[in-house]
This record gives sequence, structure tokens and C-alpha cells, in this order.
Amino acid sequence: MVGSDGEVGRAGDPPFFPGRSVRGRSPQLRTRAKMRDYIQLREAMEHKDRGLREKVMSLKEAIGLIRDGDVVAAGGCHYSRTPMAAVWEIIRQRKKGLVYCRSITSTEGDLLLVAEACAHFVTSWFSPGVTWGVSRVMRHYMQEKLAVFEEWSHMSLGLRFRAGAMGIPFIPARVMLGSDLFPRVPMKEMECPYTGEKLALVPALNPDVAILHAQKCDPYGNVQGEGLPFMDNDIALAADKVIVTAERIISNDQVRRNPDRTTIPFFCVDAVVEVPYGCLPHECYGQYEPDFAHMDYYVKLMMDKGPDGVKEYLDKYVYAPESWNDYLEMLGFKQILRATVSGRGVYND
Amino acid sequence: MTREAYNTAELVTVMSARVLEDGKIVFGGAGMPLVSCILAQKTHAPRLTILFEGGVIGPHVEPGKLPPSTNEQRAARRANMLLSITDILLLQQRGYVDYGFLGGAQIDQYGNLNSSFIGDPDNPKVRLPGTGGANDIASLASKILVAMHHEKKRFVEKVDFITTPGYINGADSREKSGLKVGGVYKVITHLGIFGFDEKTRRMRLEALHPGATVEEVVARTGFDLIIPKEVPVTEPPTKEELRILRELDPDQRYTKAKEE
Repeated sequence: MVGSDGEVGRAGDPPFFPGRSVRGRSPQLRTRAKMRDYIQLREAMEHKDRGLREKVMSLKEAIGLIRDGDVVAAGGCHYSRTPMAAVWEIIRQRKKGLVYCRSITSTEGDLLLVAEACAHFVTSWFSPGVTWGVSRVMRHYMQEKLAVFEEWSHMSLGLRFRAGAMGIPFIPARVMLGSDLFPRVPMKEMECPYTGEKLALVPALNPDVAILHAQKCDPYGNVQGEGLPFMDNDIALAADKVIVTAERIISNDQVRRNPDRTTIPFFCVDAVVEVPYGCLPHECYGQYEPDFAHMDYYVKLMMDKGPDGVKEYLDKYVYAPESWNDYLEMLGFKQILRATVSGRGVYND
Repeated sequence: MTREAYNTAELVTVMSARVLEDGKIVFGGAGMPLVSCILAQKTHAPRLTILFEGGVIGPHVEPGKLPPSTNEQRAARRANMLLSITDILLLQQRGYVDYGFLGGAQIDQYGNLNSSFIGDPDNPKVRLPGTGGANDIASLASKILVAMHHEKKRFVEKVDFITTPGYINGADSREKSGLKVGGVYKVITHLGIFGFDEKTRRMRLEALHPGATVEEVVARTGFDLIIPKEVPVTEPPTKEELRILRELDPDQRYTKAKEE
């Protein structure tokens, strides 16, 4: 019923799933782990401390939970609610060999590539944004085969996280069929046992770590997200570990007054970090729009100079500042204020 | 009759808007498709509902503030509902969505689109940004509209890579691959409007825009089109359509004339 291995994947390339990877080897040579075993997933959950406890820590401590080679899923989408502070700290801690999974990857993908933190992207689209053109850095790394761009359709990537969240190995769907995307990713098709229809079996993705940014979170990890939910909630349920950066840490009492607004329950979450403006230069719904001037500056530097431009950017904006707040200071008060005023505009409509 | 001048991108935007029917639901992508959808709302289709893959149902996009991405808060303004990306795209699988509106780097005679690789996918000349939600929309929405600038390098016999399936290899190959519904309904270019033959699923010229000729269409198409004996000519964009269009996109970020 299920298609044989020979029907999917490139010839001679066994189906693979990002999972725990072997360390100390280049990403291209790394053993591609199989789909996560259900019993192991359950065991990891059993050992996770799910008690109602405080999890507030520094950005440094939180990102310390990520190991080299981990499969990391990021919340938000494109240049919206990107967990930028987490990405920034990942680069500063010189993490290596990560697999980065995100619905749509924007400028943070360039940074991870050039910083050599990550050479394997599981995503549906990779560039700064339609109006800024195709990322020269993405092109360089992918065309020169220095990195892998595992391309899934937007919905199928969403279903991968959902299957992971549901604790099932796959979800049948009617997408990717007939396309050339299908044979390039580890996916199979089957005949429906009820109707005989051909269906794509979208495999579960259970990341090692999720990095999510939210407007509000309490010290226990109850997330109250606002605006566009993207794939965050499924990612949180699918991942082994969840790191939440928040614009504000609110009290648990405030959460209990409006429990209907909680989008991710505390027991999913392992680390809570208060990082105001934690998405800049990307946006955070209702808080601030992107710092478009900084985005324009970055994209010009990246498009003009390619990876060298991004190296310059990393030195100046990621490695040099002593803290995230120092980085914000470099963006400038006026620019941040402008982004904030327009970002809050959603509440004036 | 005096005619207001318009550029090729404005022409495509107006012609695309006219295809959208009132009371229907359309998945609009960023850029020109979005401008078309709003133009349709502001002219003949006030009850047209726009969905964005970022998770937005029925937003109110302000003139002059068109979001450069459909995954951001400007695209979510005054919407009826915000959903997760997965759920909004799943609405199509249930059958709620009448139109999907796409662009692409390349299209072929069967309406397949490529937004992944130029050249050999294993050794590409250009790695493009990828599918985003285009593959999902083209697999699931009832009718797909494709808006493109008409150039020979874009209208190719066979796309380098099928990111977004049209009728695959023609005839019933789409259905056989598991895609039981949908397919490309119209391709709208700056030269004309194109459909697909019901049997062979090959692209067919259905109308020419004012001033365009069959010869020009043929010269700018890299495959054999089906060309009927009689080809109707579309009505040029009206002053009203152009006025609204320019109000929506005053800086011509999405409706600038295409360079060649």
C-alpha cells in the first residue's frame, strides 16, 4: 500500500528525516537520521519536567539548551515574529551543524549560513521578501552546494509540525503530488484504503528544540500570543524542548484572568526569556513593524557584497554588541520608535 | 474616445481583476495578485473575500499601504479572522476557496509553474526562493489564475522544474497524479488571456488585449499555442480602473512597467 522506498527520493538516496544528527562531521556528510521513533519521543516527554515551575532565565542560558547538530524549528513566518534574539544568540554561541526549520525563512537564514551555524534548511521559501529580491547569499550557498535547501510546500511543512504535535507518523494530504518537489524530499504516497485515491503522506517533524517569540508569557511558560499564529502552536507541541522569548513577562495571575488567551500551555515550555524588541529588525504583531530602514540597509549590503557583506554585518551587529540591548541601541531610538508607533496601529483601527 | 495610457503591469493587473467574480473567495499572493484582488473588490466584486497564506481571512488593505509580504501585520489589518498558516491553507482542501492567484518565473504549455530552479535542479544556474504556498494553492484551489509578463524565456515548452503543478504532462496526467480537482483556469499576460484545451490541456489563446497581435504572442511564446480562428479583443482598462489602481499602489511598487 505504501509506496516502496524506490518510488521516492532521488535514486539511491534513502529516505531521511532530520533528527538527532551525528556531530563533528560536515552537514553534507552527516548521517541523515530516520524519523523519530515513537517510544523514544514518549520517553523524552516522560523525562521532561512538566511541573508548574518558574523557567525565567537569561538569553545565554536559554540558548545554552541547544546542542550542536540539533534540529531547531523557529516560530513566526518570514519577517514576522522571527525569534531574532534567539537566532542572534545561537550565532554568538557559535553553534554548529543545526538543521533550521521554518515556514518561510528571511534574513535570519543568511546570517545562520554565513555564521556557519546551519547548512541545512527545511523551509518553503528563502529570501528577505518579495520586494527585496532573491537572497544572493542563499543563492551562493545553495548553488555552490555549501548548504541544503530542503523545499517543502508551506502547508506540507505545517502538516509536518502538526503530525509531530499529534504524535502520529504522517498526515495524508492532497498537496505536492505531481510536482518535482515531491521526489526531492522524504515523502511517500499511498492509495487511500477507503477511497482508492492517491494521497501524499506528509511525515511528522518533531524538532529537538523550538525557538518562539511571543508578545506575552508568564514565568511558567504560559504563552499568550497575539495576531497571526503562524505555525507556533504546533511547533511548541511537536518539539522536545521549547525556548520562548517574550516582549513582556506577565504574572501567572494575569494569565489566569484570561486563560482563553493562552496559546501554548506552560508544560510545553522549558525556558522563558524577556527580550523586548526581540524580533527586530523584523516585526512583532501589535508591538512594532519591521525596521524597514535597517532591512533596506541589510539587504543592500547583502546583495552588493554577498557573504562578505553578511560577515561585515555579523561582526558589527551580532558579535560586537555586549548584549541584545546594545544591539538595539545600534538600531537607534528613532527608528525603533517609528517601528513601534506603526506597529501599535493595529489597535487603532 | 480618449484613452488613458497604461503600462503592461497595470494592464495585467486590471485584466486579472476582471476575471474574479463577486461573492467568491480568492487566495491572493503578495505583489501584483494582491493589487488585482483589491481592485476587483473596489470595482465589480465588493463581496469578494481575500485570503492570505499568512493566516488572514478577509483583510482590509489600505491604499498605499500594500504589504510587501502576506505574512505580516499589515496584511492582517481589520481582518475577519486570523488562523494558523496550516489551517488557512487547509481551507482549500475542504473546498472553500474558488480562486488561487499566482505568478511564477516560468510557465509551460500545460500551465506548470517553476519558482524553484533555473537550469538543472541538481546544478542550477539560479536557485530561486521556492514554492511558499504556491504548490498548495495550485493543488487545492478550484481555479488557478496565473498573471505574468509575456516573454519567450518565461513561456517555455517545459519548465525546468515543476514547483507548482498545472496539468503536468497534459490530458489526464494531473488527475492521475492524485490532484483530483483544480488546475489552471486562465493565464493573463500583457498580450492576452489564455485558457487550456479541455482534452489535451494545452494552452490556448482566448483573447488579445488592445493592440496585441497573434504574431507577437507567437513570437513571445516558446511552444505551440492553440490559436482559434476568431480571437476576441478585450476592452482596454477604464479610467476608473486605472484611477483606483494608482490609488492602491501610488509608488508603483507592484505595477511598474516590466523591463525587458
